[in-house]
Amino acid sequence: MRRPLSEENFAFILITPAVIIIFSIVLYPILKTLYMSFFNIDLTNPFSRPFVGLGNYLEILCGPTFWNAMVRTVYFAVVSISMEFILGISIALLLNEDFYGRWLLRSLIIIPWAIPTIVNGSLWRWIFNPQYGALNALLTQIGLIDSYQSWLGSPFLALNMVIVADVWKMTPLVVIMILAGLQTIPHELYESAGVDGANVLKRFFHITLPMLKPTILIVLILRTMETFKVFDIIYIMTSGGPANGTQLITYYTYREAFSYLQLSKGATLAFLISLTILGLSIIYVKALGTKTEY
Amino acid sequence: MPILRRNRKIFTEVFKYIFAFIILIGTLAPFLWLIISSISPEKELLAKPLQWIPSRHTFQRYVSIFTESENNKAAYVFRQAMGNSIKVALSVVVISLISGTIAAYSFARLKFRFKNKIIMVFLFTYMIPPVAIIIALFTILNELNLIDTLLGLTILYSSFTTPFVVWIMKGYMQSIPGDLEDAARIDGCSRLKALTRVILPLALPGLIATGILVFLLSWEEFFYALIFTSSVQAKTISVAISEFSGRHAVDYGMIATGGVLATLPPVILTLFFQRYIISGLTAGGVKG
Repeated sequence: MRRPLSEENFAFILITPAVIIIFSIVLYPILKTLYMSFFNIDLTNPFSRPFVGLGNYLEILCGPTFWNAMVRTVYFAVVSISMEFILGISIALLLNEDFYGRWLLRSLIIIPWAIPTIVNGSLWRWIFNPQYGALNALLTQIGLIDSYQSWLGSPFLALNMVIVADVWKMTPLVVIMILAGLQTIPHELYESAGVDGANVLKRFFHITLPMLKPTILIVLILRTMETFKVFDIIYIMTSGGPANGTQLITYYTYREAFSYLQLSKGATLAFLISLTILGLSIIYVKALGTKTEY
Repeated sequence: MPILRRNRKIFTEVFKYIFAFIILIGTLAPFLWLIISSISPEKELLAKPLQWIPSRHTFQRYVSIFTESENNKAAYVFRQAMGNSIKVALSVVVISLISGTIAAYSFARLKFRFKNKIIMVFLFTYMIPPVAIIIALFTILNELNLIDTLLGLTILYSSFTTPFVVWIMKGYMQSIPGDLEDAARIDGCSRLKALTRVILPLALPGLIATGILVFLLSWEEFFYALIFTSSVQAKTISVAISEFSGRHAVDYGMIATGGVLATLPPVILTLFFQRYIISGLTAGGVKG
Protein backbone atom coordinates (compact mmCIF):
# COMPACT_ATOMS: atom_id res chain seq x y z
CA MET A 1 0.00 0.00 0.00
CA ARG A 2 1.22 3.49 -0.83
CA ARG A 3 2.07 5.65 2.09
CA PRO A 4 -0.21 8.72 2.25
CA LEU A 5 1.51 12.02 1.54
CA SER A 6 2.60 14.03 4.56
CA GLU A 7 0.89 17.37 5.02
CA GLU A 8 4.06 19.29 4.35
CA ASN A 9 4.93 17.44 1.13
CA PHE A 10 1.37 17.82 -0.13
CA ALA A 11 1.61 21.57 0.56
CA PHE A 12 4.91 21.86 -1.29
CA ILE A 13 3.50 20.04 -4.32
CA LEU A 14 0.48 22.35 -4.38
CA ILE A 15 2.48 25.58 -4.27
CA THR A 16 5.06 24.44 -6.85
CA PRO A 17 3.31 25.70 -10.03
CA ALA A 18 2.65 29.15 -8.56
CA VAL A 19 6.17 29.35 -7.12
CA ILE A 20 7.69 28.43 -10.50
CA ILE A 21 5.63 31.15 -12.19
CA ILE A 22 6.56 33.92 -9.79
CA PHE A 23 10.22 32.91 -9.48
CA SER A 24 10.84 32.72 -13.21
CA ILE A 25 8.73 35.70 -14.31
CA VAL A 26 9.05 38.08 -11.38
CA LEU A 27 11.88 37.35 -8.95
CA TYR A 28 14.53 36.24 -11.44
CA PRO A 29 13.83 39.32 -13.63
CA ILE A 30 14.24 41.58 -10.58
CA LEU A 31 17.70 40.09 -9.95
CA LYS A 32 18.54 40.32 -13.64
CA THR A 33 17.45 43.97 -13.58
CA LEU A 34 19.80 44.58 -10.66
CA TYR A 35 22.63 42.89 -12.56
CA MET A 36 21.95 44.92 -15.71
CA SER A 37 21.96 48.14 -13.72
CA PHE A 38 25.71 47.69 -12.97
CA PHE A 39 26.66 47.75 -16.65
CA ASN A 40 26.36 50.26 -19.39
CA ILE A 41 24.09 48.54 -21.90
CA ASP A 42 23.12 50.84 -24.70
CA LEU A 43 21.36 49.24 -27.65
CA THR A 44 22.48 52.02 -29.94
CA ASN A 45 25.99 50.71 -29.29
CA PRO A 46 25.46 46.97 -28.80
CA PHE A 47 29.05 45.71 -28.88
CA SER A 48 30.40 47.28 -25.74
CA ARG A 49 28.84 46.81 -22.34
CA PRO A 50 31.36 47.98 -19.75
CA PHE A 51 30.89 47.37 -16.04
CA VAL A 52 30.19 50.70 -14.37
CA GLY A 53 29.38 49.65 -10.81
CA LEU A 54 27.09 52.18 -9.18
CA GLY A 55 27.74 54.67 -11.97
CA ASN A 56 24.18 54.51 -13.33
CA TYR A 57 22.73 55.09 -9.87
CA LEU A 58 24.97 58.12 -9.29
CA GLU A 59 24.11 59.54 -12.70
CA ILE A 60 20.37 59.15 -12.16
CA LEU A 61 20.23 60.22 -8.53
CA CYS A 62 22.38 63.30 -9.18
CA GLY A 63 20.43 64.49 -12.22
CA PRO A 64 17.20 66.49 -12.18
CA THR A 65 15.06 64.31 -14.52
CA PHE A 66 14.59 61.47 -12.03
CA TRP A 67 13.64 63.80 -9.21
CA ASN A 68 11.27 65.77 -11.43
CA ALA A 69 9.53 62.53 -12.42
CA MET A 70 9.42 61.48 -8.76
CA VAL A 71 7.92 64.80 -7.67
CA ARG A 72 5.28 64.50 -10.41
CA THR A 73 4.53 60.93 -9.32
CA VAL A 74 4.09 62.03 -5.72
CA TYR A 75 1.91 64.97 -6.83
CA PHE A 76 -0.18 62.61 -8.96
CA ALA A 77 -0.55 60.21 -6.03
CA VAL A 78 -1.45 62.87 -3.46
CA VAL A 79 -3.94 64.78 -5.62
CA SER A 80 -5.63 61.80 -7.28
CA ILE A 81 -5.89 59.74 -4.10
CA SER A 82 -7.23 62.66 -2.02
CA MET A 83 -9.85 63.41 -4.66
CA GLU A 84 -10.77 59.73 -4.91
CA PHE A 85 -11.18 59.58 -1.14
CA ILE A 86 -13.23 62.77 -0.82
CA LEU A 87 -15.53 61.74 -3.67
CA GLY A 88 -15.46 58.05 -2.76
CA ILE A 89 -16.39 58.53 0.89
CA SER A 90 -19.15 61.05 0.08
CA ILE A 91 -20.65 58.77 -2.57
CA ALA A 92 -20.39 55.71 -0.34
CA LEU A 93 -22.15 57.59 2.48
CA LEU A 94 -24.92 58.52 0.06
CA LEU A 95 -25.24 54.96 -1.23
CA ASN A 96 -25.47 53.75 2.35
CA GLU A 97 -28.62 55.91 2.86
CA ASP A 98 -32.11 54.95 1.78
CA PHE A 99 -33.53 56.59 -1.34
CA TYR A 100 -35.49 55.62 -4.43
CA GLY A 101 -33.27 54.24 -7.16
CA ARG A 102 -30.42 53.42 -4.80
CA TRP A 103 -29.99 49.93 -6.29
CA LEU A 104 -29.70 51.45 -9.77
CA LEU A 105 -27.04 53.96 -8.74
CA ARG A 106 -25.20 51.23 -6.84
CA SER A 107 -24.94 49.10 -9.96
CA LEU A 108 -24.17 51.91 -12.39
CA ILE A 109 -21.46 53.47 -10.24
CA ILE A 110 -19.07 50.66 -11.14
CA ILE A 111 -19.12 51.36 -14.90
CA PRO A 112 -16.14 53.76 -15.13
CA TRP A 113 -13.99 51.24 -13.28
CA ALA A 114 -14.85 48.53 -15.83
CA ILE A 115 -13.76 50.64 -18.80
CA PRO A 116 -10.25 49.59 -19.94
CA THR A 117 -7.67 52.24 -19.02
CA ILE A 118 -6.59 52.70 -22.61
CA VAL A 119 -10.19 53.41 -23.69
CA ASN A 120 -10.61 55.73 -20.72
CA GLY A 121 -7.53 57.70 -21.80
CA SER A 122 -8.67 57.89 -25.39
CA LEU A 123 -12.16 58.95 -24.26
CA TRP A 124 -10.85 61.83 -22.12
CA ARG A 125 -8.40 62.93 -24.80
CA TRP A 126 -11.42 63.26 -27.07
CA ILE A 127 -13.37 65.18 -24.42
CA PHE A 128 -10.39 67.53 -23.84
CA ASN A 129 -9.76 67.99 -27.56
CA PRO A 130 -8.79 71.65 -28.17
CA GLN A 131 -10.85 72.05 -31.37
CA TYR A 132 -13.84 69.71 -31.09
CA GLY A 133 -13.81 68.53 -27.49
CA ALA A 134 -16.96 68.16 -25.43
CA LEU A 135 -15.46 70.00 -22.44
CA ASN A 136 -14.77 73.11 -24.52
CA ALA A 137 -18.24 72.92 -26.07
CA LEU A 138 -19.94 72.51 -22.69
CA LEU A 139 -18.03 75.32 -20.97
CA THR A 140 -18.56 77.79 -23.84
CA GLN A 141 -22.25 76.91 -24.18
CA ILE A 142 -22.92 77.58 -20.50
CA GLY A 143 -20.73 80.69 -20.68
CA LEU A 144 -17.88 79.72 -18.35
CA ILE A 145 -15.15 80.27 -20.95
CA ASP A 146 -15.07 82.62 -23.97
CA SER A 147 -12.89 80.60 -26.29
CA TYR A 148 -11.78 77.00 -26.68
CA GLN A 149 -8.87 76.01 -24.43
CA SER A 150 -6.02 73.61 -25.01
CA TRP A 151 -6.52 71.45 -21.92
CA LEU A 152 -3.57 69.19 -22.58
CA GLY A 153 -1.41 71.96 -24.03
CA SER A 154 0.53 73.23 -21.00
CA PRO A 155 2.56 70.99 -18.67
CA PHE A 156 0.91 71.57 -15.29
CA LEU A 157 -2.64 71.84 -16.60
CA ALA A 158 -2.15 68.63 -18.61
CA LEU A 159 -0.98 66.77 -15.50
CA ASN A 160 -4.12 67.85 -13.66
CA MET A 161 -6.36 66.90 -16.57
CA VAL A 162 -4.81 63.41 -16.65
CA ILE A 163 -5.55 63.22 -12.92
CA VAL A 164 -9.22 64.05 -13.67
CA ALA A 165 -9.40 61.11 -16.07
CA ASP A 166 -7.75 58.81 -13.54
CA VAL A 167 -10.03 59.95 -10.71
CA TRP A 168 -13.12 59.34 -12.86
CA LYS A 169 -12.07 55.74 -13.45
CA MET A 170 -10.79 54.86 -9.99
CA THR A 171 -13.29 56.57 -7.66
CA PRO A 172 -15.84 53.72 -8.07
CA LEU A 173 -13.29 51.34 -6.59
CA VAL A 174 -12.93 53.50 -3.49
CA VAL A 175 -16.75 53.75 -3.29
CA ILE A 176 -17.06 49.95 -3.36
CA MET A 177 -14.41 49.39 -0.71
CA ILE A 178 -15.71 52.13 1.61
CA LEU A 179 -19.32 51.01 1.14
CA ALA A 180 -18.30 47.48 2.17
CA GLY A 181 -16.56 48.99 5.20
CA LEU A 182 -19.63 51.09 6.09
CA GLN A 183 -21.83 48.01 6.05
CA THR A 184 -19.73 46.38 8.77
CA ILE A 185 -20.34 49.24 11.23
CA PRO A 186 -22.93 48.03 13.78
CA HIS A 187 -26.13 50.06 13.80
CA GLU A 188 -26.25 50.20 17.59
CA LEU A 189 -23.28 52.54 17.62
CA TYR A 190 -25.27 55.20 15.76
CA GLU A 191 -28.40 54.58 17.80
CA SER A 192 -26.64 55.17 21.08
CA ALA A 193 -24.98 58.26 19.60
CA GLY A 194 -28.38 59.49 18.40
CA VAL A 195 -29.72 59.23 21.94
CA ASP A 196 -26.79 61.27 23.19
CA GLY A 197 -27.79 64.00 20.77
CA ALA A 198 -24.75 63.85 18.47
CA ASN A 199 -25.27 65.66 15.19
CA VAL A 200 -24.41 64.36 11.71
CA LEU A 201 -20.89 65.76 11.59
CA LYS A 202 -20.08 64.53 15.09
CA ARG A 203 -21.34 61.06 14.24
CA PHE A 204 -19.21 61.05 11.09
CA PHE A 205 -16.00 62.09 12.82
CA HIS A 206 -16.49 60.12 16.03
CA ILE A 207 -18.02 56.88 14.75
CA THR A 208 -17.90 56.46 10.97
CA LEU A 209 -14.38 57.65 10.25
CA PRO A 210 -12.66 55.74 13.10
CA MET A 211 -14.56 52.57 12.17
CA LEU A 212 -13.51 52.97 8.53
CA LYS A 213 -9.85 53.43 9.42
CA PRO A 214 -8.68 49.90 8.50
CA THR A 215 -10.45 50.03 5.11
CA ILE A 216 -9.12 53.50 4.39
CA LEU A 217 -5.59 52.39 5.27
CA ILE A 218 -5.69 49.40 2.92
CA VAL A 219 -7.12 51.37 0.02
CA LEU A 220 -4.67 54.20 0.63
CA ILE A 221 -1.61 51.96 0.49
CA LEU A 222 -2.82 49.95 -2.51
CA ARG A 223 -3.67 53.11 -4.45
CA THR A 224 -0.29 54.62 -3.58
CA MET A 225 1.50 51.59 -4.98
CA GLU A 226 -0.66 51.68 -8.07
CA THR A 227 0.60 55.17 -8.85
CA PHE A 228 3.82 53.40 -9.82
CA LYS A 229 1.85 51.50 -12.46
CA VAL A 230 0.31 54.59 -14.07
CA PHE A 231 1.35 54.35 -17.68
CA ASP A 232 -1.49 53.59 -20.12
CA ILE A 233 -3.41 56.77 -19.48
CA ILE A 234 -0.31 58.93 -19.96
CA TYR A 235 0.80 57.07 -23.06
CA ILE A 236 -2.55 57.63 -24.75
CA MET A 237 -3.40 61.12 -23.48
CA THR A 238 -0.13 63.05 -23.54
CA SER A 239 2.84 60.71 -24.21
CA GLY A 240 4.53 62.28 -21.20
CA GLY A 241 4.34 65.78 -22.65
CA PRO A 242 4.02 68.68 -23.05
CA ALA A 243 7.60 69.51 -21.99
CA ASN A 244 7.70 66.30 -19.89
CA GLY A 245 4.93 67.78 -17.76
CA THR A 246 3.14 64.44 -17.39
CA GLN A 247 6.22 62.24 -17.32
CA LEU A 248 5.74 60.13 -14.20
CA ILE A 249 8.38 57.67 -13.04
CA THR A 250 7.02 54.69 -15.01
CA TYR A 251 6.79 56.65 -18.23
CA TYR A 252 10.32 58.00 -17.71
CA THR A 253 11.68 54.46 -17.25
CA TYR A 254 9.82 53.24 -20.34
CA ARG A 255 11.21 56.08 -22.38
CA GLU A 256 14.83 55.58 -21.30
CA ALA A 257 14.70 51.85 -22.04
CA PHE A 258 12.49 51.57 -25.09
CA SER A 259 12.70 54.94 -26.86
CA TYR A 260 16.32 55.87 -26.15
CA LEU A 261 17.37 52.18 -25.85
CA GLN A 262 19.42 52.88 -22.70
CA LEU A 263 18.65 49.46 -21.19
CA SER A 264 20.87 49.73 -18.15
CA LYS A 265 19.67 53.22 -17.28
CA GLY A 266 16.13 51.88 -17.53
CA ALA A 267 17.13 48.89 -15.39
CA THR A 268 18.57 51.22 -12.76
CA LEU A 269 15.33 53.20 -12.61
CA ALA A 270 13.37 49.94 -12.51
CA PHE A 271 15.39 48.67 -9.56
CA LEU A 272 14.89 51.94 -7.71
CA ILE A 273 11.14 51.47 -8.24
CA SER A 274 11.37 47.91 -6.87
CA LEU A 275 13.09 49.21 -3.74
CA THR A 276 10.38 51.83 -3.24
CA ILE A 277 7.67 49.19 -3.63
CA LEU A 278 9.47 46.89 -1.19
CA GLY A 279 9.43 49.71 1.37
CA LEU A 280 5.73 50.37 0.75
CA SER A 281 4.95 46.62 0.99
CA ILE A 282 6.57 46.46 4.40
CA ILE A 283 4.41 49.38 5.55
CA TYR A 284 1.39 47.61 4.05
CA VAL A 285 2.07 44.38 5.95
CA LYS A 286 2.63 46.32 9.19
CA ALA A 287 -0.65 48.17 8.66
CA LEU A 288 -2.49 44.92 7.94
CA GLY A 289 -0.98 43.43 11.07
CA THR A 290 -3.09 45.83 13.12
CA LYS A 291 -6.17 44.21 11.60
CA THR A 292 -7.25 40.92 13.06
CA GLU A 293 -8.15 39.16 9.82
CA TYR A 294 -6.56 38.78 6.32
CA MET B 1 -39.16 73.22 17.00
CA PRO B 2 -41.01 70.35 15.23
CA ILE B 3 -41.42 72.53 12.11
CA LEU B 4 -37.74 73.31 12.10
CA ARG B 5 -36.97 69.62 12.38
CA ARG B 6 -39.32 68.75 9.54
CA ASN B 7 -37.81 71.43 7.34
CA ARG B 8 -34.39 70.07 8.03
CA LYS B 9 -35.54 66.58 7.12
CA ILE B 10 -37.02 67.78 3.85
CA PHE B 11 -33.82 69.66 3.15
CA THR B 12 -31.67 66.53 3.67
CA GLU B 13 -34.03 64.48 1.49
CA VAL B 14 -33.85 67.01 -1.34
CA PHE B 15 -30.09 67.28 -0.95
CA LYS B 16 -29.79 63.48 -1.18
CA TYR B 17 -31.64 63.34 -4.50
CA ILE B 18 -29.73 66.26 -5.98
CA PHE B 19 -26.43 64.66 -4.98
CA ALA B 20 -27.54 61.28 -6.38
CA PHE B 21 -28.52 62.94 -9.66
CA ILE B 22 -25.13 64.67 -9.97
CA ILE B 23 -23.34 61.37 -9.30
CA LEU B 24 -25.47 59.64 -11.91
CA ILE B 25 -24.67 62.26 -14.56
CA GLY B 26 -21.00 62.37 -13.63
CA THR B 27 -20.71 58.60 -13.85
CA LEU B 28 -22.57 58.11 -17.09
CA ALA B 29 -22.05 61.26 -19.16
CA PRO B 30 -18.46 60.64 -20.34
CA PHE B 31 -19.26 57.06 -21.31
CA LEU B 32 -22.51 58.10 -23.02
CA TRP B 33 -20.53 60.66 -24.98
CA LEU B 34 -18.30 57.85 -26.24
CA ILE B 35 -21.36 55.92 -27.41
CA ILE B 36 -22.94 59.02 -29.00
CA SER B 37 -19.66 59.81 -30.76
CA SER B 38 -19.60 56.33 -32.24
CA ILE B 39 -23.04 56.68 -33.85
CA SER B 40 -22.96 60.38 -34.84
CA PRO B 41 -22.28 61.47 -38.39
CA GLU B 42 -18.68 62.72 -38.64
CA LYS B 43 -19.78 66.22 -39.64
CA GLU B 44 -21.84 66.74 -36.50
CA LEU B 45 -18.97 65.65 -34.25
CA LEU B 46 -16.82 68.42 -35.67
CA ALA B 47 -19.56 71.06 -35.65
CA LYS B 48 -19.34 74.29 -33.69
CA PRO B 49 -21.37 74.81 -31.59
CA LEU B 50 -21.40 71.15 -30.79
CA GLN B 51 -24.72 69.33 -31.07
CA TRP B 52 -25.13 66.96 -28.14
CA ILE B 53 -27.83 64.78 -29.65
CA PRO B 54 -27.07 63.78 -33.25
CA SER B 55 -29.77 64.59 -35.81
CA ARG B 56 -29.54 61.03 -37.14
CA HIS B 57 -27.61 58.02 -36.00
CA THR B 58 -25.49 55.62 -37.98
CA PHE B 59 -24.24 52.16 -37.07
CA GLN B 60 -22.12 52.12 -40.21
CA ARG B 61 -18.86 52.15 -38.24
CA TYR B 62 -19.81 49.03 -36.28
CA VAL B 63 -20.89 47.27 -39.46
CA SER B 64 -17.65 48.16 -41.19
CA ILE B 65 -15.47 46.86 -38.34
CA PHE B 66 -17.19 43.48 -38.43
CA THR B 67 -17.88 42.99 -42.12
CA GLU B 68 -15.17 44.66 -44.12
CA SER B 69 -12.73 42.38 -45.89
CA GLU B 70 -9.05 42.07 -45.10
CA ASN B 71 -8.37 44.92 -47.49
CA ASN B 72 -9.54 47.31 -44.84
CA LYS B 73 -6.47 47.07 -42.66
CA ALA B 74 -7.86 48.83 -39.58
CA ALA B 75 -11.04 46.74 -39.38
CA TYR B 76 -9.10 43.52 -39.96
CA VAL B 77 -6.48 44.34 -37.32
CA PHE B 78 -9.20 45.24 -34.85
CA ARG B 79 -11.04 41.94 -35.33
CA GLN B 80 -7.84 39.93 -35.01
CA ALA B 81 -6.80 41.86 -31.92
CA MET B 82 -10.15 41.20 -30.28
CA GLY B 83 -9.70 37.47 -30.94
CA ASN B 84 -6.15 37.57 -29.55
CA SER B 85 -7.34 39.31 -26.40
CA ILE B 86 -10.03 36.69 -25.82
CA LYS B 87 -7.56 33.82 -26.35
CA VAL B 88 -4.94 35.29 -24.03
CA ALA B 89 -7.43 36.28 -21.34
CA LEU B 90 -9.05 32.82 -21.26
CA SER B 91 -5.71 31.00 -21.14
CA VAL B 92 -4.53 33.28 -18.35
CA VAL B 93 -7.74 32.63 -16.39
CA VAL B 94 -7.22 28.84 -16.65
CA ILE B 95 -3.50 28.88 -15.78
CA SER B 96 -3.66 31.30 -12.89
CA LEU B 97 -6.88 29.91 -11.40
CA ILE B 98 -5.43 26.40 -11.24
CA SER B 99 -1.94 27.26 -10.02
CA GLY B 100 -3.15 30.06 -7.76
CA THR B 101 -6.05 28.20 -6.15
CA ILE B 102 -4.10 25.10 -5.14
CA ALA B 103 -1.36 27.33 -3.72
CA ALA B 104 -3.99 29.39 -1.88
CA TYR B 105 -5.43 26.20 -0.42
CA SER B 106 -2.11 25.13 0.94
CA PHE B 107 -1.45 28.59 2.41
CA ALA B 108 -4.89 28.69 4.00
CA ARG B 109 -5.18 25.13 5.27
CA LEU B 110 -1.88 23.31 5.56
CA LYS B 111 1.06 23.63 7.91
CA PHE B 112 4.53 23.70 6.40
CA ARG B 113 7.93 25.25 6.90
CA PHE B 114 8.62 28.84 5.69
CA LYS B 115 4.90 29.32 5.03
CA ASN B 116 4.71 32.92 6.22
CA LYS B 117 7.91 33.86 4.41
CA ILE B 118 6.59 32.40 1.14
CA ILE B 119 3.29 34.26 1.58
CA MET B 120 5.24 37.51 2.01
CA VAL B 121 7.12 36.80 -1.24
CA PHE B 122 3.80 36.31 -3.05
CA LEU B 123 2.43 39.55 -1.64
CA PHE B 124 5.56 41.39 -2.73
CA THR B 125 5.40 39.99 -6.28
CA TYR B 126 1.76 41.03 -6.47
CA MET B 127 2.80 44.59 -5.62
CA ILE B 128 5.70 44.80 -8.09
CA PRO B 129 4.77 47.09 -10.99
CA PRO B 130 5.45 45.67 -14.48
CA VAL B 131 7.90 48.48 -15.22
CA ALA B 132 10.24 47.15 -12.55
CA ILE B 133 10.86 43.90 -14.46
CA ILE B 134 10.00 44.69 -18.04
CA ILE B 135 13.55 45.35 -19.25
CA ALA B 136 14.86 42.04 -17.92
CA LEU B 137 11.77 40.26 -19.26
CA PHE B 138 12.43 41.78 -22.65
CA THR B 139 15.93 40.30 -22.82
CA ILE B 140 14.71 36.93 -21.45
CA LEU B 141 11.79 36.58 -23.86
CA ASN B 142 14.03 37.70 -26.67
CA GLU B 143 16.41 34.79 -25.97
CA LEU B 144 13.48 32.36 -25.81
CA ASN B 145 11.98 33.67 -29.08
CA LEU B 146 8.73 34.44 -27.29
CA ILE B 147 8.46 38.07 -28.31
CA ASP B 148 5.39 38.87 -30.39
CA THR B 149 3.65 35.57 -29.55
CA LEU B 150 0.40 34.85 -27.73
CA LEU B 151 2.23 32.26 -25.61
CA GLY B 152 4.73 34.86 -24.41
CA LEU B 153 1.94 37.26 -23.49
CA THR B 154 0.01 34.51 -21.67
CA ILE B 155 3.09 33.67 -19.57
CA LEU B 156 3.68 37.34 -18.76
CA TYR B 157 0.08 37.96 -17.69
CA SER B 158 0.10 34.84 -15.51
CA SER B 159 2.96 36.37 -13.55
CA PHE B 160 0.76 39.10 -12.09
CA THR B 161 -2.57 37.26 -12.09
CA THR B 162 -1.27 34.20 -10.18
CA PRO B 163 -0.24 36.10 -7.01
CA PHE B 164 -3.55 37.98 -7.32
CA VAL B 165 -5.49 34.68 -7.32
CA VAL B 166 -3.41 33.38 -4.38
CA TRP B 167 -4.16 36.53 -2.42
CA ILE B 168 -7.92 36.50 -2.95
CA MET B 169 -8.51 32.74 -2.81
CA LYS B 170 -6.52 32.43 0.41
CA GLY B 171 -9.15 34.63 2.03
CA TYR B 172 -12.02 32.55 0.63
CA MET B 173 -10.43 29.27 1.73
CA GLN B 174 -9.94 30.60 5.24
CA SER B 175 -13.63 31.47 5.46
CA ILE B 176 -14.69 27.83 4.78
CA PRO B 177 -15.17 26.01 8.10
CA GLY B 178 -12.41 23.49 8.79
CA ASP B 179 -14.75 20.86 10.27
CA LEU B 180 -16.11 19.93 6.84
CA GLU B 181 -12.70 18.99 5.59
CA ASP B 182 -11.83 17.15 8.81
CA ALA B 183 -15.04 15.14 8.52
CA ALA B 184 -14.19 14.18 4.95
CA ARG B 185 -10.69 13.13 6.01
CA ILE B 186 -12.07 10.96 8.84
CA ASP B 187 -14.42 9.34 6.35
CA GLY B 188 -11.33 8.19 4.50
CA CYS B 189 -10.92 10.85 1.84
CA SER B 190 -7.35 11.47 0.72
CA ARG B 191 -6.05 15.04 0.95
CA LEU B 192 -6.49 15.52 -2.76
CA LYS B 193 -10.06 14.22 -2.65
CA ALA B 194 -10.91 16.45 0.30
CA LEU B 195 -9.63 19.38 -1.76
CA THR B 196 -11.46 18.55 -4.99
CA ARG B 197 -14.70 17.18 -3.52
CA VAL B 198 -15.22 19.37 -0.45
CA ILE B 199 -13.22 22.56 -0.58
CA LEU B 200 -13.38 23.50 -4.26
CA PRO B 201 -17.19 23.24 -4.58
CA LEU B 202 -17.57 25.43 -1.50
CA ALA B 203 -15.09 27.93 -2.90
CA LEU B 204 -16.96 28.17 -6.20
CA PRO B 205 -18.32 31.72 -5.70
CA GLY B 206 -14.79 32.84 -4.94
CA LEU B 207 -13.48 31.05 -8.02
CA ILE B 208 -16.06 32.77 -10.22
CA ALA B 209 -15.27 36.19 -8.74
CA THR B 210 -11.53 35.68 -9.09
CA GLY B 211 -11.85 34.25 -12.60
CA ILE B 212 -13.79 37.30 -13.79
CA LEU B 213 -11.34 39.70 -12.16
CA VAL B 214 -8.43 37.90 -13.84
CA PHE B 215 -10.23 38.09 -17.18
CA LEU B 216 -10.73 41.85 -16.70
CA LEU B 217 -7.08 42.33 -15.70
CA SER B 218 -5.85 40.52 -18.82
CA TRP B 219 -8.37 42.18 -21.11
CA GLU B 220 -7.32 45.70 -20.19
CA GLU B 221 -3.57 45.09 -19.84
CA PHE B 222 -1.64 47.45 -22.09
CA PHE B 223 1.98 47.93 -20.98
CA TYR B 224 3.26 44.40 -21.67
CA ALA B 225 1.18 44.13 -24.84
CA LEU B 226 2.62 47.41 -26.16
CA ILE B 227 6.20 46.32 -25.65
CA PHE B 228 5.97 42.62 -26.48
CA THR B 229 3.60 42.52 -29.46
CA SER B 230 3.69 44.18 -32.83
CA SER B 231 2.17 41.85 -35.45
CA VAL B 232 -1.49 41.14 -36.16
CA GLN B 233 -0.92 37.59 -34.89
CA ALA B 234 -0.22 38.71 -31.33
CA LYS B 235 -1.35 42.26 -30.62
CA THR B 236 -4.25 42.71 -28.24
CA ILE B 237 -7.27 44.96 -28.26
CA SER B 238 -5.71 47.64 -26.08
CA VAL B 239 -2.77 47.96 -28.49
CA ALA B 240 -5.19 48.10 -31.41
CA ILE B 241 -7.12 50.89 -29.67
CA SER B 242 -3.97 52.91 -29.05
CA GLU B 243 -2.95 52.52 -32.71
CA PHE B 244 -6.47 53.45 -33.78
CA SER B 245 -6.11 56.70 -31.87
CA GLY B 246 -2.80 57.37 -33.55
CA ARG B 247 -3.59 56.34 -37.10
CA HIS B 248 -7.13 57.63 -37.33
CA ALA B 249 -5.98 60.90 -35.89
CA VAL B 250 -9.02 62.69 -37.30
CA ASP B 251 -11.63 59.94 -37.42
CA TYR B 252 -12.97 60.38 -33.90
CA GLY B 253 -16.09 58.39 -34.67
CA MET B 254 -14.00 55.34 -35.50
CA ILE B 255 -11.86 55.74 -32.35
CA ALA B 256 -15.06 55.91 -30.31
CA THR B 257 -16.45 52.81 -32.02
CA GLY B 258 -13.31 50.83 -31.21
CA GLY B 259 -13.50 52.11 -27.65
CA VAL B 260 -17.11 51.03 -27.21
CA LEU B 261 -16.37 47.57 -28.61
CA ALA B 262 -13.38 47.10 -26.28
CA THR B 263 -15.46 48.31 -23.34
CA LEU B 264 -18.58 46.20 -23.84
CA PRO B 265 -17.18 42.83 -22.69
CA PRO B 266 -15.81 44.13 -19.36
CA VAL B 267 -18.81 46.38 -18.66
CA ILE B 268 -21.33 43.62 -19.39
CA LEU B 269 -19.36 41.10 -17.30
CA THR B 270 -19.08 43.59 -14.45
CA LEU B 271 -22.76 44.54 -14.41
CA PHE B 272 -23.84 40.91 -14.73
CA PHE B 273 -21.53 39.48 -12.07
CA GLN B 274 -21.45 42.59 -9.90
CA ARG B 275 -22.06 40.85 -6.61
CA TYR B 276 -19.24 38.35 -7.22
CA ILE B 277 -16.86 41.06 -8.34
CA ILE B 278 -17.51 43.24 -5.32
CA SER B 279 -16.97 40.29 -2.98
CA GLY B 280 -13.72 39.52 -4.78
CA LEU B 281 -12.50 43.11 -4.62
CA THR B 282 -13.29 43.54 -0.97
CA ALA B 283 -11.76 40.14 -0.14
CA GLY B 284 -8.37 41.72 -0.45
CA GLY B 285 -7.39 42.41 -4.01
CA VAL B 286 -7.58 45.56 -6.03
CA LYS B 287 -7.40 45.85 -9.78
CA GLY B 288 -5.16 48.60 -11.15
